[in-house]
Amino acid sequence: MTLILVVVLVALAAALVAVVVARRRRRPSATAAPDPQAAAGEAADRVVGRLAGRAGTEGPAPSLRDRLSKARAALGGPLASALERASSTEEAWTEVTEALIRADVGLTTSSEIVEAARSRAASGGNRAQEATAALKAELRERLGGFDRSLAGRRDGGRPSVWLFVGVNGTGKTTTIGKLAKREADAGAGVVMAAGDTFRAAAADQLAMWAERSSAHVVRGSAGADPASVVYDAVESAAARGADLVLADTAGRFHTERNLMAELQKVRRVAGKGSGVVTETLLVLDATTGQNGLAQARQFTEAVDVTGVVLTKLDGSAKGGIVVAVQAELGVPVKLVGVGEGIADLVPFDASEFVEALFA
Amino acid sequence: MFDTLTGRFEAAFAKLRGRGRLSADDVDAALREIRVALLEADVDLDVVTGLTGRIRRRAVGEELSRALNPAQQVVKIVLSELTASLGGERLAITYASKPPTVVLLAGLQGSGKTTNAAKLAQWFLRQGRSPLLVGADLQRPAAVEQLRTLGERAGVPVFSHRRGPVKAASASLAEATRTGRDVVIVDTAGRLAVDAEMMDQVRRISKAVRPHYTFLVVDATVGQDAVNSARTFHDTLALDGVILTKLDGDARGGAALSVKEVVGRPIAFASVGEKLDDFEPFHPDRLASRILGMGDVETLIDKAESAFEAEEAEETAARLLEGTFTFDDFLATMQQVLGMGSLRSLLGMMPGVPRELRGAEVDEGRIGRITGMIHSMTPQERAEPDIIDASRRRRIAAGSGCRPSDVKALVDQFKQMRSMMKGLGGLGGKRTAASKARSSRQAGRPGGKSSASKRRGAGGRTTPKGPVPVSKAPLTLPGLEKGEWPGLN
Repeated sequence: MTLILVVVLVALAAALVAVVVARRRRRPSATAAPDPQAAAGEAADRVVGRLAGRAGTEGPAPSLRDRLSKARAALGGPLASALERASSTEEAWTEVTEALIRADVGLTTSSEIVEAARSRAASGGNRAQEATAALKAELRERLGGFDRSLAGRRDGGRPSVWLFVGVNGTGKTTTIGKLAKREADAGAGVVMAAGDTFRAAAADQLAMWAERSSAHVVRGSAGADPASVVYDAVESAAARGADLVLADTAGRFHTERNLMAELQKVRRVAGKGSGVVTETLLVLDATTGQNGLAQARQFTEAVDVTGVVLTKLDGSAKGGIVVAVQAELGVPVKLVGVGEGIADLVPFDASEFVEALFA
Repeated sequence: MFDTLTGRFEAAFAKLRGRGRLSADDVDAALREIRVALLEADVDLDVVTGLTGRIRRRAVGEELSRALNPAQQVVKIVLSELTASLGGERLAITYASKPPTVVLLAGLQGSGKTTNAAKLAQWFLRQGRSPLLVGADLQRPAAVEQLRTLGERAGVPVFSHRRGPVKAASASLAEATRTGRDVVIVDTAGRLAVDAEMMDQVRRISKAVRPHYTFLVVDATVGQDAVNSARTFHDTLALDGVILTKLDGDARGGAALSVKEVVGRPIAFASVGEKLDDFEPFHPDRLASRILGMGDVETLIDKAESAFEAEEAEETAARLLEGTFTFDDFLATMQQVLGMGSLRSLLGMMPGVPRELRGAEVDEGRIGRITGMIHSMTPQERAEPDIIDASRRRRIAAGSGCRPSDVKALVDQFKQMRSMMKGLGGLGGKRTAASKARSSRQAGRPGGKSSASKRRGAGGRTTPKGPVPVSKAPLTLPGLEKGEWPGLN
C-alpha cells in the first residue's frame, strides 16, 4: 500500500510539474471523474429524502426576506415550536433531525442518533414530547460516561504538563490564561509556557494573563523553537517546585504536515525533562462546522489528544460537532469556555449541553 | 469520507440514459445528493433549500446534451448555480475623494481580523496607497501589540489609543490626515453576535469613523451558526463585503455560501495562508467546486506553482519527458509535493481520485523509508538505476534498514514510471499536454469515454492481485491524459 501511495505521489508530482509547465495560458476545469461505486449512507439518504420531500412541495422561490424571517423565527427555540406544529410522528422526527443538523452535529451522526432514539421511543403518548425525551436520553447516554477530570499531580512529584493544540483562532491562549488563574487560585504552582512563537505578540498575551494570576510565564524570542520554550518552562517549573505547566502552541491547520510534525516534537520534548505530559487538550471553537471532525481526527493521530476544550459556547453556536468527535474518536469534552471573563471556563456537563443543543 | 458528486449522480442516473430531457424525478434524485454534499460542507439548511429549489427549476426540462451524460449535466448546472450565488456583483474599491478612505473590520473572536487587517494593509500598499492600521481591539490582551508587530512586518504604521476603542478609532482619522495616510483600516475586537453590549460598541466605532467599507471577517471552518452571526453583524453595521479566512485548511467553506445568501454582499477577499501576502481577491468558481467536494484543481495548481520553482519545474519536466529522470529528481519532487501539504489533503483536492486512495491511511512516516533507500544509493546508482544488481540491492537494503525485496520493488516502480513518463514525452511533450487540456476542457468531460477506453486499451491495468483501483476513476489532470498511472501494484 505504501508503495502504491509513493508512486501515486510521484506521479502526482510529475503530473503537477507537467501542468505547471503546460499551464502558462490554460486553466483546466474542475470536473470530477465518475465513481460508480459511490454510495451514500442509508440513514443519511433517508433523512435527506425527507428533506427533499419537503422541499419538493415548495412553491415559488422564497425571497431572501422569506428566508430571513423564517430563520429568525427559528432562532427562538426552533425545536419546541416546530414540534408543536408537527402533524405526525414522522414529521416530528424530521424536525428533530433538522435541529441536530442546525446544531452542527452533522448529517451522518444526526441520522444515527435519531434512528437510535426512534427505536428507544415508546409508542403512544404525545409524539413531540416523546421524540424530544427519547432524543435527549440518547444524546445524554452517548455523551455521558467519560472521565472528564484533568489529570495532574497535586503531591509534589514531577510537574504535570497540559499541552494545548488546535487550529488558528480557537482560543488556546485565552483558555490557558483562564485556566492558569483557576488552577493557581486552587493552590497549584502554575507555569505558562509561551509555546506560540509564531503569532505576533502571543507571548505578550500570556504575560498579560499572568498579571491577573500568580502564574509565571516562560517565553522565548519570536520565532524560537517552540519545543525548547516548552522544555525550558518545564525545567523552570521543576526548579520552582511548581505543579503544573500549561503549554501554549501556535495555531496550525491539521493539513500542514510540517507543522504537525513540529507539534509532535513539542509533545515529545515536553515529557523528556523533568515533567510528564498528562493532558493534551484540543481546543475546538463552538462555531466550527463539519471540519471540526477532521481537525480532531488529525490532531488525535498526531499527538494523542486526551480531551477537548470547547470554546465560545456563549454565542449562538451550539458546538454540536463535539458529539461526532466523541462518537468517532472517544475523546471527551473536558472544559467549556462560556465567556471572556477569567472565571468563564467550566467543566463540561452532558445534560446541560444537551438541553442547550435544542435551546 | 465523501465521494465525488459526479460519482453519486452516476449511480442515481444509472437507469435513465438515452432520454431526451431531464425529468423532475431525475432531478429530484440528484438533488438529494446535492443536499448531502451541501450540508456536509456546512451550508446553512435554509440556504440549501433555497439553492436546491433554484437548481431544480433550472434543471427540470433541460434538454439533454449530447456531449454530457445526465450526471455531468446536473453537476454543470449545480456548479454554475453555486458559482453565481458566490459571485455575482464584485466589490470594486473606490477611494474617497477626501481621504482617508476608512475600512472597518468586524467579526467573531478568532476569525482572523487582526491578521487580515495587516494583510489588507499590505494589499492597499501594493495598490499604491499608504494605509494606516488602527488597533481598536482593547479587549483581547496584547491584540494591539500583535497588530504593531504585523504592521512592522508589512511596513505600515499602527495607531492606537489607550482611552478606549471608540476614541482610538475616531482619533485615528486626524492621525491619518496629519501623517498623510490615505487609507485607514480599523481592527476591532472579536465579539459574539449575541453580546448586545459589544455589538453596541462596534456600532459606536462605526458611527465615529463613518467607514466607506465595512467587512465581516468570516472563518471558512464555521458551521451552521454562520448565518446567525452574519445577519446580526449586517443588521448592526450594514456590511459592504466579506473576507473569507482560513482557506488554507481543508474546510469545505460552505459557510461562505450561507453568509453570501444572507448578507447579499460580495465576498471580496480570501485569505489562503499564514503569510501576509497569502491574501487574494475571491474566486467564486474555486470555492464552488470545493464546497461540492469535487476537488480544487486551481488551488492544487497554485500550491504546486508556489512549491516548484518555475525553472526547476521545467527542467524536471524536460528530464521526465526525455526519460532521464533520476532518483535525485524523484527525491526532490517528492519533497516538494510533501511541502504542499499532507498527502491526504492533496489527494482530496484532486478530482476523480478513487475512494480507495482518497480514504487511504497515508502513513507518511513510511515515506521516510523510501527516502532512506534513495539516500543509501551512490550518486551513480541514483542516476542510472539499471546498474543496481543483487549485490547493490543488499548494500542499499543494509544501509537503509530494509529488505532487498523492498529495494527491488522501489527500483522497479521507478523504472516503470520513468518509461511511462518518457512515453508521454514521445507524444509531443508540453504542447500535447496543453492541447489535451484544452480539448478535454471543451468537451467538459475529461474523465469521459474516449480517454477511459484508451486507458483500458492500454493494458497492464490489472495485476494478479486484482483490478487496479485507479482504473475505476482515472485521474483527469490534463497532461496525464496519455501518461496514465504508472504500474500501480
